[in-house]
Amino acid sequence: MPLSNEQVLRLARLARLSMPDDVNITRMRLDSIFALVTQMQIVDTTDIEPMSHPQELAARLREDIVTETPCRATFQALAPQAEAGLYLVPKVIE
Amino acid sequence: MTPAPIFDAPVSALRRALDGKEISSVELASLFLDRIGTFDPGLNAFITVDRERALAEARAADARIARNETRPLTGIPLAYKDVFCTEGMLTTCASRMLSNFVSPYDAHVVSLLKQAGAVNLGKTNMDECAMGSSSETSYYGPVNNPWEPGHVAGGSSGGSAAAVAARLVPIATGSDTGGSVRQPAAFCGITGIKPTYGLVSRYGMIAYASSLDQGGAFGASAQDCALLLSAMTGFDPRDSTSLDRPVEDYAAAIEAPAPDAARPLAGLTIGVPGEFFPEGMGGEIRAAVEDALAQYRALGASVRKVDLPNARLAIPVCYVIAMAEASSNLSRFDGVRYGHRAAEYADLADMYCKSRSEGFGAEVQRRILAGTFVLSHGYYDAYYLQAQKLRRLIAEDFRRAFAECDLIAGPTSPVTAWALGAMNDDPVQMYLADIYTTPVNLAGLPGLSHPCGFDAAGLPIGLQLIGNYFSEARLLTATHRFQQATGWHLRRPTPATAERAHP
Repeated sequence: MPLSNEQVLRLARLARLSMPDDVNITRMRLDSIFALVTQMQIVDTTDIEPMSHPQELAARLREDIVTETPCRATFQALAPQAEAGLYLVPKVIE
Repeated sequence: MTPAPIFDAPVSALRRALDGKEISSVELASLFLDRIGTFDPGLNAFITVDRERALAEARAADARIARNETRPLTGIPLAYKDVFCTEGMLTTCASRMLSNFVSPYDAHVVSLLKQAGAVNLGKTNMDECAMGSSSETSYYGPVNNPWEPGHVAGGSSGGSAAAVAARLVPIATGSDTGGSVRQPAAFCGITGIKPTYGLVSRYGMIAYASSLDQGGAFGASAQDCALLLSAMTGFDPRDSTSLDRPVEDYAAAIEAPAPDAARPLAGLTIGVPGEFFPEGMGGEIRAAVEDALAQYRALGASVRKVDLPNARLAIPVCYVIAMAEASSNLSRFDGVRYGHRAAEYADLADMYCKSRSEGFGAEVQRRILAGTFVLSHGYYDAYYLQAQKLRRLIAEDFRRAFAECDLIAGPTSPVTAWALGAMNDDPVQMYLADIYTTPVNLAGLPGLSHPCGFDAAGLPIGLQLIGNYFSEARLLTATHRFQQATGWHLRRPTPATAERAHP
């Protein structure tokens, strides 16, 4: 099932990627990936439990105690723009 | 006979030289740093080399050695794939997105190896975000194969594999999502092991596909890999999938004497899946792997046929799962908290889009788009859910096979290292080369690649051994016995080749 250019542009929007310069090339490359993936459809998997993880582990719980110390200043030093403990982004609400 | 140069020595010999005060850790680090300076311009195996930092760590190691507080890796130089966060040091994942990222913390693996006293020489090159099988998609340019510059080193951990093969460092870490330790080990003629999923903490290892990613070890031999892997494993509460089990000493395990010295692998059954030897497979690879199997028989192992009927679907299954998990994992790179932010943008949405499209290369963006598609409404069941169901069938194949054998063997890759750029026009062709390695990640099993020959062009061929869960000691022991009886792991790219690479 080949993708349309509109579908590729919609995926780019969903993934927060700029529209590719050449949508046709991106679409063709994605089509060849999905042509490979189509092989999966030949197997009947009715009644097979999906396997989401190699080790079927229950989520581990820990004591409800403080384990980390604040390192906001260290982390915010990496930000493109931070001020007064806040990450700055373009205005969202007018 | 002239003795082997120190840079070519196994880690155990470096250990003896350090403990016997024949060489200091500072001298050892300097020697390897000088080799990096001489040979890396032709290989591009490293993204970051920090000489001062390495020498400071070596001085600290020398002080520990003087106090007799040594552990197996104290004072031994190593390198980290640039997917592992290193505090105060550039950690790029070979992406423009993180080209300015100085990590504020150490990955769990890095802190373990620091405590062990290992000396960090630098961070190795790789495919961008670990997405690739050739180490060509790096923002910092492709890695060259030390056996034949102009050919790929494999990937995604190609820098680590090339650096160990060229003896720019004795041992190095890697990560393996679909073959990224085993395939570059095969392409570069060294030994590489990916352990059971959950043995090595993923904390601080930049995520590609969380249910598949696993840290691994590179060395010239099973012995060197055993030393590194033993120091990398251990429970870490900061990784929710880390397994709480006792740490094994693989280096000690492989030295255990065999009851029958002439047939040290007596009692071991190796399963060979017919699916791993298809019609049309390269004759040289088939011959090298069959010779290796004959050697295993000569060492006492028995070899029998096993079936992995669903393994042929491993590539689409692995790629669907990996791309889906990647599209989710890589959403953290938004240009807000760290990493690349575009210089100009109209609003917040535009800032996200421009920062991400400038920060990620074409292959990473393709995988994010494909992953977004397989998770999207209306397609989830047909792609992502179907892949997870097939994942179970593939894991079940292995469960049945391991009822009949102890290890599974076959080629690591259906091809040897291709020429740089040869697969650029068709990424799917490159995915297909992961046919024998991806099933192992889907099941979460340990796998190892060791050298077993060369093709007519002089490029290395690797044998993959797959074990049942937690059989790392058995994998490494079988390889160690093979390497005690053979010399493939002692072959090195000639200095002339390396010098040609660096005119």
